Formats: sequence, structure tokens, C-alpha cells
Amino acid sequence: MKVNSGYFRFFAIGLASVWLALFVFFPNLLVVITSLLTRDPSATVSLPFNLNSYWRTLDVLYLDVLWNSIKMAALATISCLLIGFPFAMAIVSLPKRWQTIALFFMIVPFWTNSLVRTYAIQFILGNQGIINKSLLALGLIDTPLQLLYTPFAVILGLCYILIPFMVLPLYSALEKLDPRLHFAARDLGASAFHRFIKITLPLTSPGIVAGCLMVLLPAMGMFYISDLLGGAKNLLLGNVIKTQFLNTRDWPFGSAFSVMLMMLLGVMLWLYYRASRFTNKQGGIHDSNF
Amino acid sequence: MIRIFKWGYLSLILALIYLPIAVLIVNSFNAAKYGNKWGGFSLQWYQKLFNNDALIEAALNSLTVSIVAASVATVIGTLAAVALHRYDFKGKGLLSSMVFVAMLTPEIVMAIALLIVFITLGISLGFVSLVIAHITFCLPFVIIAVYSRIKDFDMRMLSAAKDLGANELRTFWEVILPLILPAVLSGWLLSFTLSLDDVIVSAFVTGPSYEILPLKVYSMVKVGVSPEVNAISTLLLGISLVLVVVSQLLIKKDH
Repeated sequence: MKVNSGYFRFFAIGLASVWLALFVFFPNLLVVITSLLTRDPSATVSLPFNLNSYWRTLDVLYLDVLWNSIKMAALATISCLLIGFPFAMAIVSLPKRWQTIALFFMIVPFWTNSLVRTYAIQFILGNQGIINKSLLALGLIDTPLQLLYTPFAVILGLCYILIPFMVLPLYSALEKLDPRLHFAARDLGASAFHRFIKITLPLTSPGIVAGCLMVLLPAMGMFYISDLLGGAKNLLLGNVIKTQFLNTRDWPFGSAFSVMLMMLLGVMLWLYYRASRFTNKQGGIHDSNF
Repeated sequence: MIRIFKWGYLSLILALIYLPIAVLIVNSFNAAKYGNKWGGFSLQWYQKLFNNDALIEAALNSLTVSIVAASVATVIGTLAAVALHRYDFKGKGLLSSMVFVAMLTPEIVMAIALLIVFITLGISLGFVSLVIAHITFCLPFVIIAVYSRIKDFDMRMLSAAKDLGANELRTFWEVILPLILPAVLSGWLLSFTLSLDDVIVSAFVTGPSYEILPLKVYSMVKVGVSPEVNAISTLLLGISLVLVVVSQLLIKKDH
């Protein structure tokens, strides 16, 4: 539908366009440029252009941190998927009214303060926390287990904070699944396992990719989770970027890490579009139920 | 059998999600200083909180930033959603993909991008930079909230308004806005919550002169578990819980 132009139209389009250009497009461009510059102690960055910052990310010292961070984020993503998939399937199988209620309880914590919720996990995992006290009381252990400040704690924290991002796209992909496909397959003699592998999994693949994308990328950046639950050893990429920007003041190096994260986002979006072209359905990213 | 298992699994996961929050809230009323045993009900940590001037100041700063950021984001976002739905224009695809990118960009990436832009443009780090940053990450959420409401519209109503001689501004003000108001309010509430809770972006774009609550809480929490932190955390949780429930009800009510 075409409507004649006017000041209102100009204003409505212009405001958002200018804002996004100035504070989304332009800044991202600057990050790419910064990553190609050289660090300068006096003026933060200077010419000439080079790829040194990217080469330095391959330094043994950082490669270790990088690998560790990717490993923890990836494990958190896989755990979210393994916990979230049956959860989303269970929600979809509920009557409509209960679906809304279950989703509501899933969404509410998503909007509440995640820093505070991360802090709350300290209560559970600490030496004086619920887990250790229960195990001690039951006589299963003699000394408290060291749960806090371990990679396990970071992965658990990431899962805890990010699981709604996994469940929501999975839910909307599963909801669109035509139940008649399952009936037909069952009539033709396919087992429940077979139906899951041959029908549910491929048809919900856009939702799976969307969920993984929405967990993996934020997971790498959540520096406060590793700060509070992982201690000094179990760093995430976010901690490295933060140190480079706020303490060491090596902007090109920090920007290079950030560009790598954006490239990962690009790869995952590409995977998502391939998956949704394959199934002709889009599961999740475009939906706005949170 | 499967039914029991299904309900059991659903309740287990939801219980695990709410358990840490419940423990935190209960402990904020615990008179014992160390949360390992129950020392009776007490409001003393809340009292201590309200005597902490630095904390009160940070809280007021946070409220100011969140109210300004949520309001500006809601105005820009609502207009953008209306424009995206109603008009055809050059670069429409570009605009919507930019909204999409802004929503999916990891916060840490957005944080450093904004920091670099503020330094480049000479915007000093403090109130202004915080507001701009918060508007930027709230904007996509408002656009999506309003857009998903507006797309279910009966377009004939808008044509009728036009046939009756209303110009674009009047159509927006008298026909569209009243209809999308629940979504607009819900967008504002969600933006406010996002802004009030943000740690990652704020940590990069604030200056030493302007302290806000989440960063203050972050520095307190890093030091360790303390009863005052439990109290302030409970308050923050309470505020966002109420706002989210209200905003969800606003969207749900008219469906």
C-alpha cells in the first residue's frame, strides 16, 4: 500500500534510519577500522593499517584463553539445547492455555536482572550453599565440594541465564510442526525414535540454529558470569575484550576479537537461512514472543 | 506414564530456574549475617540500604537514565514500526535488516562499538553516552513489539481515515496510536527494564563521574556475598518482575 509522502512519513522513517546509521552501522564500521589500526600509547590508535591484531589473537597466551572461552560457551549451548529441546517439546504438547502459562514463567526471568540472578547462583554453589550443605547433612561427603570458581560453575551460570533464548525459538519451530506428519509416519510403522530423527529434527532445524545462535554469541560476552562464578582462571572472551578496552587500552586488539565474534554471527545467520530455506519455514528469530 | 514424566520435567526445570531467586529473596530478610543459617526475620539490611547515600544516588541516576532512554526509544521505535508497516520507501530492507542486526549483535560487541563512536565523536562518557547507548539497544525491542501488534490491523480503517480527509499525522495520532497503545506501553516497560538491568554495555560507556545502580551492584557483588547486596538485589528483582508482568498482561489482554 502506498501512501503519499508528507512530513510525518519523512520524520517517522528518518528518525530511526539516522539513529541506526549513526549508532549501529557507523560504530560497527569503526570497530572494523580500529581492528586494522596500530596501538598508540598517546592517541589510543594510529596508522598504518595492518593485520597485526588478528595475528596476535593466535598468540599462544591468548589462544589458550580463546579456546577455553569457546569451549565453555559451546558446552553451555549444547547443554541448553539438550535441556531445552525436551522442555520445548513438553510445552508444545500441553493444552493451549497451559502453554501460555508455561511460556510466561519461562519469559519472566529472561527480563529480570541477570547480574542479580548470577549472584544468586553463588548461594547455591558456594561452600556454605544448598548443594554442599545437603550433601554434608546426608553424610555423602565429609568436606564441601569445590563447585564455585570452576568451569562447571561458569557453564551452569551461562545455561541458567540463557536457556530462555534457546527454548523460545525451539518452541515456535515445534509449534509450527504439522502433527499430521507424525500420524502419517506412525501409520506407516515408524517408531517414536525414527519419527523424531526423520521428522521433528530436520523440520525444526531453523529453530535449533536460531536457539544456538542466541545462546552461543551472548555466552561468549557475558564477562560478569565468569567474574562471579569462574574466578580468575575461567575467562570468557568478554573478559578479554573488557581488559583490552578498559585496562590495557589496546583497542585494535580488543576490536579484532569483536570482529571475530561478528564473523561468527555472520556464519550462524548463514546457517540459519540455509536451514530455513531447506524447511521453508522460519523458526524463531523473526518471532517476537519475548 | 509419559504424562507424569512430562509434567515432572516441566516443573523441575521451572523450579530450578526460580530456586536461586527464591533463596536470594529469603536471605535478604535473614537477620543472620552469613546466609548459612536462619537467624529470624529482619528488615535491617533494607534499613542499611536506605542509609547508604552513594547507593541512593546511583539508584536515582539509574532511574533517570532508564526513564529517558525508554521514552526516547519508544518514540523512535513506534514511529519506525508504523513507517515499516505503512510505507514503501527506498532502503526499507536495509532499515529492517539493521534492526535485526542491532537485536542480534552480542552486547559486548555493541558496547565497544559505541565506546569507539563516543570517543570519535567527542561525546563525553557519562549521562549522555549512557542514554544514547541504552536507546540503541532498546530500540529493536520496541520496534518489534509495536510492529507485531500493528501487522494484525484492519487496514480498511486507515483507508477510511484517509478518505475522510485525515492527513498522515492525524491518522497516526487519532487512529493508529490509540489502537497500538498497549504494545507501545509494553515496549516502554520492557525498554525500561532492559535499561535498568544492563551491565555489559553500561560498563563500557559510563564515566567515573556518573555511577549507576547495576554497576554499583556489580562492584559490590564482586567483593562477595553480603546481606546488603541481597537486599538491593531483591529490590531490583521485584521492580523488574512487576514491570514485566504488567507488560506481558498488556500484550495478552487484547488478544
